[in-house]
Amino acid sequence: MDAAAPATRIRASWRAAAWIVPIAILLLVAPLVLDSFQILTLTYGLIAAIGALGFNLLLGYTGLLSFGHSAFFGGGAYVVAFMVKYLKIASMELFLAGSALASAILSVLFGYVCVRYTRIFFGILTLALSQVLWSLAFKFFWVTGGTDGLRVPTPTLIGFRPTGDKMDYLAHQYYYYVLVVFAIAVFVMWVIVHSPFGKALQAIRDNETRAEFIGIRIRRYRLVAFVISGVFTGIAGALWAPLNGLASPDVLIWTFSGEIVFMTVLGGFRTFVGPIVGAIAFTYLKTYAVGFTTYWQLLLGVVLVVLVLALPTGIMGAAERVFARLKRNP
Amino acid sequence: MADLAIHVLNALLYSSVLFLIAGGLSLIYGVMRILNLAHGNLYALGAFVSAWVVGLAVNAGLPSAVLFLLLPAGALAAAAAGALIERTLMRPFYRRPEEYQLLMTFGLLMILEDLIRFVWGPSPLTATTIYSSIGSIPIGDGRYPGYNVVIIGVGIVAAAFLWAFIYRTRFGVLLRATSQDKRMASALGVNVNRVYILAFTLGCFMAGLGGAVVVPSQSAVLGMGVDALVLAFIVVVIGGLGSLEGALAGALIVGVVREAGITYFPEMELAVLYLIAAFVLLIRPAGLFGRA
Amino acid sequence: MSLLATQALTKSFGDNRAVNGVDFTVRQGEVLALIGSNGAGKTSLVNLVSGLLRADSGHIMFEGNDVTQQKAYDRIKAGIARSFQLVNLFDHLSCADNVALSIFSREGKTRRLGTLASRDSTVWNEAHELLQRFGLDRHASVTAGVISHGERKLLDVAVAYALRPKLLFLDEPTSGVSTREKAPIMDIVSSIVRAGGITVVIIEHDMDIVFRYSERIVVMHQGSILADGTPDEIRRNDAVTTTLIGTHPTGEPAYGGASDA
Repeated sequence: MDAAAPATRIRASWRAAAWIVPIAILLLVAPLVLDSFQILTLTYGLIAAIGALGFNLLLGYTGLLSFGHSAFFGGGAYVVAFMVKYLKIASMELFLAGSALASAILSVLFGYVCVRYTRIFFGILTLALSQVLWSLAFKFFWVTGGTDGLRVPTPTLIGFRPTGDKMDYLAHQYYYYVLVVFAIAVFVMWVIVHSPFGKALQAIRDNETRAEFIGIRIRRYRLVAFVISGVFTGIAGALWAPLNGLASPDVLIWTFSGEIVFMTVLGGFRTFVGPIVGAIAFTYLKTYAVGFTTYWQLLLGVVLVVLVLALPTGIMGAAERVFARLKRNP
Repeated sequence: MADLAIHVLNALLYSSVLFLIAGGLSLIYGVMRILNLAHGNLYALGAFVSAWVVGLAVNAGLPSAVLFLLLPAGALAAAAAGALIERTLMRPFYRRPEEYQLLMTFGLLMILEDLIRFVWGPSPLTATTIYSSIGSIPIGDGRYPGYNVVIIGVGIVAAAFLWAFIYRTRFGVLLRATSQDKRMASALGVNVNRVYILAFTLGCFMAGLGGAVVVPSQSAVLGMGVDALVLAFIVVVIGGLGSLEGALAGALIVGVVREAGITYFPEMELAVLYLIAAFVLLIRPAGLFGRA
Repeated sequence: MSLLATQALTKSFGDNRAVNGVDFTVRQGEVLALIGSNGAGKTSLVNLVSGLLRADSGHIMFEGNDVTQQKAYDRIKAGIARSFQLVNLFDHLSCADNVALSIFSREGKTRRLGTLASRDSTVWNEAHELLQRFGLDRHASVTAGVISHGERKLLDVAVAYALRPKLLFLDEPTSGVSTREKAPIMDIVSSIVRAGGITVVIIEHDMDIVFRYSERIVVMHQGSILADGTPDEIRRNDAVTTTLIGTHPTGEPAYGGASDA
């Protein structure tokens, strides 16, 4: 965390590279090896990871538990749907830009109100505000398509029109597109949390009073974190809409916010990669649970309860403990 | 004039049910500092159990009076579930940060949602026999369902009973002491664990009673728990988390706004409610009667 | 002109007048001890001046500017810093992080989110230097939450000092610390003071420390200033000795004390 001697830093970079390179290779060759369904699941997982990464900037690094992130994810998805329906736009880049902008505006509005509070009141406020959005989506059904939602066709990627079989296209070209956005998102978030600003956020998380007494404007910093968080999750929602083919209120409802929290805690919210691991793991878990039993909610609920009871630091926390033990007894 | 009376009754009707649910939620939070996201599903459990028991009784040909007596079965079931949940799931989390407790209750929500579906299936359950057995009362030119008045009555009795329990009994003193300062109460010899069990069970009983009492007039359907929770949320946000007077005030406000909304600006009443809640949180985050 | 001057500063908590119309001044460069029994209003006064509490009435003038309405972070920027009686640190961050954060904030660098914090060697060099001066450099990479209580008290002072404040409030820097650990803390504090350029106000209960390290003593009692003077003057002040310091059966003040500051 602090500047170690150059030698240790280089060693740390090599260690990180030892993980990143094989994973990157695996992700790159995946479409050649796995079938379309698997790739689509993985794509959903990567998209969720972008959202969770954004969410965890607030939870893990700033200490704020939001129960309203469905507003940004769903908001991003609906912005894409609106751009298709009302502006006749079909470019993925414009979708991303539009969602990012809309999420930024929405998160400034929500954040301005929410960051004055912490802990449970923050959670309640984010939940209430996101439900406003959800109820609007329902009530203005002639605009939003109500429970049916709005259709989202496959967009152009860097100007290239979708070709051939839709599933195939999604499992290849769209997958790589998402992979690139994912890589950029991971890089950007990594820089942010390791920046002086990122350290200031952690200071606010650890001790709000102390942070204020070294001159940090708490609310302003929280607001910036909130906006970055919202934009990341909004971009995730924008990527999700064409994949799902439909923008529907299911991703606006507060229980979906709960899923975002679930996946982050599953992976471990105290680490950088925890949310990524958790999002992908949760996506697979949910996909297989839904396929396995109609009582998948029960299954996931039990997993969550066991998780917070026995494994509060999540997958990455457990992994770190295992590695520490292995290091001690080689 | 008669229209106004009907609007007032409808508002009171809605408020009654909301008070039962939100009051339970607020009580649990006030004493235990836990926001139970699964609370709505205990309301749903109450509704399903009551509808089911009444349904069995109807099939057995039992008279209406007996049906009435069986109706609170849902409340008892919810209370029993509450006692079980407190013992097994809540207790390990008392010393943990509240974020983990919140997550655990979210998991519980998912579990209960599917358990209800597992036991009673995807179709709604009704108890309309009780509803029709009361008939209607004349108001102005029209008639108003008599059962609705029963619900209002139950709400009033529940509010009175709770007030008496909390402010006039010895256990109520223990409850208030624990909610104000758990450590101090414990140091003074209060068995905090027992207070917690009772507070949680009572809160669940109230939610279950809300479900039991409402099921004759609207069926028990899947998802009613999740819907109810958000409304209960709005009530406690407006009234103040942890305060019974707040739950009452909040329930009345929400009941009135909803009735006005349905009459004058339908489709928007839910959004308006959320906005009011957000507004209250802005200017008075502790709610009208809450402590910071 | 005094560095800090309060005018009729008042703060009540319900019926309790914690700070009762206090005119408190601190002169540039001095080392001042603020003493008084518990409930005298010392910590409340410091809380008011540093910005943790809002005054009911009165004014706080810092360097001639009225800062009464300013938020805490603005007062920090203006040059006031403090340590806390109940230690306030960033428990999940390393000791070096804790100090570096003050430096980043002081330099206005906490706004930067596009650069890596670890790359700013000026900040980290200063942080390590400071840790060394405070005797904490062996804990540089250790999380602040796990070091000993005395070390945490020191770190709290270091975090405040790293802001290079003009006026530094130390709220009971040795409270809860074993007698053996008190000396190193006060030695570091006095070396800071002797290095110059900083005005220090120490709230203390330990009269040994008060009489040894301070140039001027302000005594508070029940929300007001009871006495204000040099250590000798205070020692001879009957009102002070009876309410605060206590007397021997012979009538002599209990604390002879060393007269070197």
